[in-house]
Amino acid sequence: MITMTFLRKSESMAARILRGLLSSPKATIAALICLILVFSAIFAPMIAPQNPYDLNEIDFFDAKLPPMSEGYSGMTYILGTDGQGRDMFSAMLYGLRTSLAVGVTSGLLAMLVGTALGLIAAYRGGFLDSFIMRFVDLMLGFPTILVALMVLVVFGQGVGKVILALVFVQWAYFARAVRATALVESGKEYAEAARCLGIPAWRIMGGHILPNCLPPLIVIGTIQVASAIAAEATLSFLGIGLPITQPSLGLLISNGYQVMLAGLYWMSVYPGLLLLVLVFSVNIVGDRLREILNPRLAQ
Amino acid sequence: MTVFILRRVLQAILVLLVTSVVVFLGVYAIGDPLEILLPADASMAERAQVAASLNLDDPLPLQYWTFVTSALQGDFGRSFVYNRPALDVIFERLPATLELVTTSLILSLILGIPLGLVAGVKPGSVTDESIMTGSILGFSLPNFWQGMMLIMIFAVWLGWLPSTGRGQTGEVLGIRTSYATWDGFIHLLLPATNLALAQIALVIRLTRTGVQETMPLDFVKYARARGISERRILFVHVLKTILIPIVTVLGIEFGSLIAFAVVTETIFAWPGVGKLIIDSINMLDRPIVVAYILVIVAMFIVINLVVDVLYSLLDPRIRSRA
Repeated sequence: MITMTFLRKSESMAARILRGLLSSPKATIAALICLILVFSAIFAPMIAPQNPYDLNEIDFFDAKLPPMSEGYSGMTYILGTDGQGRDMFSAMLYGLRTSLAVGVTSGLLAMLVGTALGLIAAYRGGFLDSFIMRFVDLMLGFPTILVALMVLVVFGQGVGKVILALVFVQWAYFARAVRATALVESGKEYAEAARCLGIPAWRIMGGHILPNCLPPLIVIGTIQVASAIAAEATLSFLGIGLPITQPSLGLLISNGYQVMLAGLYWMSVYPGLLLLVLVFSVNIVGDRLREILNPRLAQ
Repeated sequence: MTVFILRRVLQAILVLLVTSVVVFLGVYAIGDPLEILLPADASMAERAQVAASLNLDDPLPLQYWTFVTSALQGDFGRSFVYNRPALDVIFERLPATLELVTTSLILSLILGIPLGLVAGVKPGSVTDESIMTGSILGFSLPNFWQGMMLIMIFAVWLGWLPSTGRGQTGEVLGIRTSYATWDGFIHLLLPATNLALAQIALVIRLTRTGVQETMPLDFVKYARARGISERRILFVHVLKTILIPIVTVLGIEFGSLIAFAVVTETIFAWPGVGKLIIDSINMLDRPIVVAYILVIVAMFIVINLVVDVLYSLLDPRIRSRA
């Protein structure tokens, strides 16, 4: 029994996460799907049957073909083609690439900003703390779509602006979680000991307390990446997100939606399903991570 | 109590001021206001006139003062597209949005509360599990995708309901509403369901938690001892106790529903303010965009303020926290 507890304690966080994920079939499948999707996004140019944005490779005569039909050049379009004769499957792989890139980038940036502000609030306390936390409350109170709209209106459109808008929407979640954890941690003995040793505050915060804030950060980070992907898709669907030159899944769905009422369902339904599977599986993995990393729930 | 209300009102005003500064800086300081406030084909004379009326040579704080004072008088400039005062265009479109939002709230109460009650009475049962899985789905489906599927199923495949637009409206007690005609009513169903789905999921969860917390309480045991039927205990006694927090949460959600109506209205071509703002952003109709943001933020703040104050009247514990 003693050795068991000892082993448990010394087990690294990565191993704990992996064991926790594998112990739930639902989470294992979701994590596998995430892995497959990430790989196909990274290697999209190699997997895709055609480069959907190279005009030499697409054939206008193949426009609006339903799924599984054979094109002019003898190529089979498993998921059909869009209005320009682009292979939907290839377009979706490239769209997935853009969606994931934007979602992950903004999630990580929001984590960076939120963590820094949360740590500062917890460490400084006093006026700065209440100022930052008031701002956090304000941000969390506003509907995300309204905040994103405001940022896009003020700064204009484009990939960078969309990422900025998403960071603006999301940093507060990280700041709140980090501050709460950091406050608890800095009251513990090891932090006390570090202070007694005269270690500078920024090193206590960054080197000792931050690592202990990692579990909530990982959980919120996963869930926020999923919500960033969904939010970007929504903005692109509304026509105020990514430019047409960088079509994400949301933009593909939006383009397909224009012809959906005419019965050409495959141009919007398949990218929509891909988006759904992506957001869903990231969320399920996030939920499982929360169970693994939250000791209160684990009991 | 008075101190609490006063403090909350001051906070609300502060938030509104900050928003106006952000919007002002975005439109007037970062961008070129002439570029933003004038249509692309404006003549030199129009240009000079607007430049003069904006006092662009004034120092920035003075310009902000002019912006705020004219905004307070309801003057956000004229829309380029409609060539009418921006605020008029927004207030003309607001009733359609409010109708949509109210219908969604009613839908979420009618569907969410019974489902939540049923799920909460027997936690862990098959009914409970399936209702809860359904509510997770309601939370995580992207709103626009879910709306597309509604159109796909009910308008394209089954052909039961119209897909887009508002349909016929009629007048009831001087208010133009879709409820007055059958055509208007069936046009309302799909958009309202789309907007309500996440809300239904929320109400289910709130009700379920409420039931689980209330059932073990003494007054429920008393009611049983008095021989009141289980059904009556659940639907009268328990429901009454858990209704206050549910209604409060929905009050707060009202504001965000107005904001999320942007998505629903775009999908269903519903002629409310949400579609207006997206169209205006795409057509660079900046006066409308600026007016929309300030009006919606103001509404949002006022709604939150009212809910906060009402709630603190009902539950004195809240006051000490704020």
